[in-house]
Amino acid sequence: MNFMCVAIPAKVISIEGSLAEVEVGGIFRTISIQLTPEVQKDDYVLVHAGFAIHKVDEEEARQTLELFEELGALEEGSSEKPSPDGLEHSTP
Amino acid sequence: MKFIDEYRDGERARPIIEEIHRLADEPIRLMEVCGTHTVSIARYGLGKILPPTIELISGPGCPVCVTSQSDVDRAISLARVPEAAITTFGDMVRVPGSHSTLAQERAQGADVRVVYSPLDALKVAVAKPKTKVIFLGVGFETTAPTIAATVLEAKSRGLDNFFVFSAHKTVPRALKALLDLGEVKLGGFLLPGHVSAIIGSRPYEFLAGEYGMPCVISGFEPLDILQSILLLVRQVKSRNPRVEIQYRRGVDVEGNRKAQEVMDRAFQPSDVEWRGIGCIPGTGLALREELSGLDAARAFDLPPVLSRENPGCHCGEVLRGVIRPRECKLFAAVCTPQNPVGPCMVSFEGSCAAAFKYEL
Repeated sequence: MNFMCVAIPAKVISIEGSLAEVEVGGIFRTISIQLTPEVQKDDYVLVHAGFAIHKVDEEEARQTLELFEELGALEEGSSEKPSPDGLEHSTP
Repeated sequence: MKFIDEYRDGERARPIIEEIHRLADEPIRLMEVCGTHTVSIARYGLGKILPPTIELISGPGCPVCVTSQSDVDRAISLARVPEAAITTFGDMVRVPGSHSTLAQERAQGADVRVVYSPLDALKVAVAKPKTKVIFLGVGFETTAPTIAATVLEAKSRGLDNFFVFSAHKTVPRALKALLDLGEVKLGGFLLPGHVSAIIGSRPYEFLAGEYGMPCVISGFEPLDILQSILLLVRQVKSRNPRVEIQYRRGVDVEGNRKAQEVMDRAFQPSDVEWRGIGCIPGTGLALREELSGLDAARAFDLPPVLSRENPGCHCGEVLRGVIRPRECKLFAAVCTPQNPVGPCMVSFEGSCAAAFKYEL
């Protein structure tokens, strides 16, 4: 994966010094956490070129998804979580 | 995959798309300045589901593409240094220099290796003390800290056979230069998500404050990009430009301070030439004096190369957003991924490569 900007969210499985074992989509790899030393086991991090570059803020992730849901609810003219068109909507 | 799949959910996209259609009743031209955004937009066909009032154009967001011809030529010359092993991110290998490519050098016996991480290059240097391992540092602020950390580690380990050729560049001032050129009238910027994970949102504030440009820092999944476009349209409609962070799970106002610190320890700002734009002062990253022993630009005497771009190549105009890939006469005719004339067709993140792959 050689894209310049691509960074994949990966889960921290274990930490040893400045290295961490992370998992994404069932694949494990060892990366450096020199740039994100505050990261802990079970955190998610963005991985780029073998380094964690930022912790994934799970609360913000959840809120971003909620915004999509809210927008969907507004569009359908109701403040509830509806499925008036009979389609499946995933609930957070 | 967690934190990815949820942002590709088509169902969630519908209300965002509908809202964009509802609001975008005037022409709005948005520039995205990250190669990964270019690819994502093309791959998911986002240009087609947006209303015709919204125009998305690509800017100089592909680091390989904006590497100047003379920097490409210098990188290729490094492959001829005796006992050198060039280590590089993949898409540099096929970029046409004035006379050769790294792939051609490799075919003629040069040691050219593609690596995923600069740390892999460091491992080669440790394993082969007689080999001069030269890492080609091409990238923006997402990548520069990783090279900075690696070069500092090489220095602290006392390695004398690890070098970096830095063609690194920084984004915010390049956007200023682009606006100052005044060639393309823009309604807003879709800003790079992972560059911003490192630098935060502050460095872009002048775009809104001085230039009145709506700005949204966007994630890369289709929902992220769609939401970002919606936020930009709302800024345009409300005539209230500011720098907003859509990609809140990865970007905050301050950015990654540790990464910024590491970058600052290894690099200092320099003047560097951008393909298609020319020299943009202060947008380069040069290795600091104390790391000069690891600086490939200083460690090796390279023969002077007369650099010339292919005169028919229009990468420069594509990079400035003046033309789209399909408006280049060479696109898909003479210039293809198999036979590229310029870097925009070579790089995974090049506009032309993305257009060729997803829009033909």
